[in-house]
Parts: sequence; C-alpha cells; structure tokens
Amino acid sequence: MSDEVRNPVRVLVPVGMLGAGFPSDTVKRGIAMGADAIAVDGGSTDSGPYYLGAATPKTARAAVRRDLQAILAPAAEAGIPVIVGSCGTSGTDAGVDWVHEMVCEILHQDRIPGRTVARIYSELAPTALHDKLAAGDVRPLAPAGPLTREVLDGCAHVVGLMGHEPIAAALSAGANIVLAGRATDCALIAAVPLMRGKPFGPAWHAAKIAECGNLCTTGSGLGGVVVHVGDDGFVVEPVDETDRCTPFSVSAHMLYENADPFRLREPAGTLVATNAQYTALDERRVLVRGSEFEFAEDHTIKLEGSAPAGAQTVSIVGIREPEVLLRLDEWLDSLRAYLHNRIPEVLGIEPGDYDIDLRPYGANAVLGSADPDRTPPREVGVVFCATAADQPTATTIAKFANPYLLHHPLPGADSIPSWSFMSSPAEMERGTLFSFVLQHAVRVDDPLDLVRIVVEEVA
Amino acid sequence: MAPTTLGALASKIRSKNAGPFWVTIDVFLPDDEAFTRAAAAPCLTADRIAGIYGANPSMVKIFRISELRTIKVSFPRSVPQGSTGDRDVHSAQQYIPLAAQPA
Repeated sequence: MSDEVRNPVRVLVPVGMLGAGFPSDTVKRGIAMGADAIAVDGGSTDSGPYYLGAATPKTARAAVRRDLQAILAPAAEAGIPVIVGSCGTSGTDAGVDWVHEMVCEILHQDRIPGRTVARIYSELAPTALHDKLAAGDVRPLAPAGPLTREVLDGCAHVVGLMGHEPIAAALSAGANIVLAGRATDCALIAAVPLMRGKPFGPAWHAAKIAECGNLCTTGSGLGGVVVHVGDDGFVVEPVDETDRCTPFSVSAHMLYENADPFRLREPAGTLVATNAQYTALDERRVLVRGSEFEFAEDHTIKLEGSAPAGAQTVSIVGIREPEVLLRLDEWLDSLRAYLHNRIPEVLGIEPGDYDIDLRPYGANAVLGSADPDRTPPREVGVVFCATAADQPTATTIAKFANPYLLHHPLPGADSIPSWSFMSSPAEMERGTLFSFVLQHAVRVDDPLDLVRIVVEEVA
Repeated sequence: MAPTTLGALASKIRSKNAGPFWVTIDVFLPDDEAFTRAAAAPCLTADRIAGIYGANPSMVKIFRISELRTIKVSFPRSVPQGSTGDRDVHSAQQYIPLAAQPA
C-alpha cells in the first residue's frame, strides 16, 4: 500500500455506534489495512434526554456485546488498542460500568490474554461544580443563558465531554482497552494519532469525518472506514470493497450534525476546515489537506445535564370521520379549551401545574403550524399527552380526559359522536420525563481535572 | 424561469439536531446553476427563517457554500430536544417547511 500522506497512523472505525452492527470481516479487513487502533462510539445525545437522565443505555445489551466480541479478540491478536467512548449511550458512570462488565466477561470467556482495561469516568456530581460556578468558570453556550445553581442541582445526571487527553493518559498508563465515559465523538479517533505526534488539524478533521463510520461514504456498503492520519493531511478509505468515499461524501460529512460547516469546537480548541481541500485518490479514497486547528486560550469541558421534567400519561384516539378531519383544528381547539376549563375545576390541579397536548398524527403533529401542506388528512391518530409533576396526577388527568376524547363533538353538532381508542385501557404511563438543561462549558486548568481513570489488567 | 421550490431544486435536503439545542438543515444542489438560483431564494434571510421556524432571528446562521454547492441553515430549536413540547426528537423532518419555499 502506497502512502499518500507522510508517516500515517491509521484508525479503524468499524461502525458509527457500538451495537449498530457491522459485517463479520470488518475488523479483520481493517487490521489488514494497517489499523493502529480501533475506535468506536458508544453513545450520543441524539436520542434525547431520557438516557442521560435515567442513566440507561439506548442500545440492546446483546447487540453491544456482539460488536465488542467481534472487536476484542482480533484487536488483541494484532496488539492494537481499542477505544470505546460515551459508554452506555450517555457516558454516565453506570454506562462505563455496563460496558466494562461486558468487556471483562468477553475477555474471560474468549480467553483473550494481555489486555489492560482503563475506565475513564466523566460523570460529575452537581456539587462538584459549585466552586467553578461561583468562580465564573462555567460559561453559557448559545442559545443558553448563565447557569444557576438551582438548574445545576436539579440535574439527575451531569457529564463532561472529555477530549483526547484522558484517553491518551489511559493508554500511556498501559491500557490497551479504554472505556471512556462521555467524550466528544472525535476524541476517540484523534487520541492515538495525536499521541503519536500527528498534527491537530488533520487528526481532528479525520476524526470528525470518521465519527459516524459509513456516513462519510456513498453508503454502498457497511463496515466503517479507516482514516490514515499523516503529517501533511489524511486519507479516508472505506473498509468494504464495494463502498466508496468521494470528495462530496467526505466534505458533506463536515456539515453533519454541526451548526457551522467549517468549525468544530473541541476541549483544546477549534477544528477549522475552511481551507481544507478534498481530492479523490481513486474511486474509493479521498485525500484531505489544509485542515487547521486553533488552540483555545482556555481548556473547556462541555457539560451535558438532564433533569426530571415530571411524568406523562398518553392516550391515542383515531379519527376517521371526514367532517371532523375537514375542521380538525377547530375540533382540537374546542377540546383543548374544554379540558383546560374543566381540569382545574374538577380535579383541583392549578393551570401551571399540568400540561396537556393534542398531537394529530396524520395531519400536522410533526411540524405544527410550520407545515406547508394544509390538505385535510384521510385519518389521524390524536395522541393526547398529559404531563404533571408525578405519574398519578398525569394519569388522573388522562382518565378525566378519556370520555371527552371518546365523545367530543364538532362545535355545532346536534348529537354525541364516538371516536376510536387504540387500546384498553386507553391510558399509557410513560414514566418520568427528562429535559436537557445544560448548554454550558466549564474552564479547567488541566484536561484531566474532571475525570477519574482506573486502569486494571484483566487476567 | 418557471417558479420552483428549494426542495425541487435540491438533489438532497436534510435536517438534524446539532446538539440538543440547535437544528441544522443542509440543502445540496446538483449543479452551479441550481446553486446560484437556490442561494438567491428570498426565504434565505435571518428574519424569514426565524418566521418559518419560530426562532430568534439574531441566532439564525445561513451559509452559502459554493464549493460544495450547498446551503446550510442553523438556528436554535424552539424547545430543547426531547423535552415535553418536542415533536421531532432528532429534528429529522424540519427540512420540510424550507423545502416548500419558493426559489
């Protein structure tokens, strides 16, 4: 294999998310391509605040275990490190322990020798940030306002997104499997190239391009990508022979889930891709040069926090009657007004202490008033959501609303209609809701300040 | 030129969260002519985007990236991802109103 970049360090990213699955030959092929490390992301905020708030993984244990098992033995045989980030979806301490337990189980069962496992915990007790908050070291990120102690203390769980430094520290301490709590998606991939002296621009840019596995390819195959990070740029190459990277597929990924198409903030500074040039080496590989990195004056750790936001009970009622569907907004508005009028009076729940929502799936539940299409639907499922401080109150509201969801007439109708509940009982208790409440970054003196690293050999 | 929409001009249009508090929409155009036309669409001002999505106009970001023939629009979510009032957890279909805009 000829090197299009000087002295490359290669990282295999087999899949965008641990547990999403990849072909059985992916790891072997990636190692044959010269992988110096395997990095895989175990989480994201992408699925919402519940997983951080409840410290519960989104992924199925069996699926995560399968992916780990496919990675661990070949990596040990090749003598290369494995880095898993944002363990257990949200990167809480429980998430790190969840993945750690699986890793130990696999190492024992599959008799994989010579592995030293690091756990990097990045969960923070709200009280641990009080001094930083008082000292003015916690800064809001747009569109948030300044953080208050009340909001911070209201979080069920808080995590700080680590950069590459704790991962590099764990590897330097002898670990060859690193299980990180919440980390930036790119940190896992950038860590080994940076440790081996590759420049920050190409290392972080390569990491951003590879962070979602095949999403930077044309999507004609599964099996992730290998990034070759050199002194003078990087090359991105799909693992599957039928898959392709093009300058368009690679550059377009810089836009993905990123508000700014050229700049990406990491704890140590900002990746700047404004002057990056994307060149096709052949039909499958893309060379990128010109990636830059602006070091920040202060090292900052972005915080994520999820706070309980009451409990919810939902009911689903189907409407097929064309007369109602022609005047759906009017029907929904009159039902909503009626319930708001009666709930405080009958149930004694104050207007500020509950929320009801009527979402007409099939009409405009997704986009609301922003929906450009006003065509009357053929059928809608109206999802009624009652939210209150606790589950019994939410269910009380939903039970009270039940006969009105069943019989509410169009204004002006002269008889009582009935509508179609989806289930008996109609009410479904959704449990505690959570909300993301932190969009802030904390200044630290040392990149390792807010993490705890435990390194253990697994015999 | 016959009237058209951003969605009809685009080869691909997508939306996604950029973190729990932002939405970002990418409009990919197939050629330079389509890009030039889309980039001049009257909806691509901070005030118009804010009006369509109920966002704060001072926070709206619009990028016209000629080398990628792509237009990117980012703005804060009207409610945080997954909170009680959220109806699109991943901001997956927030491109639909933009796609319907005249170009």
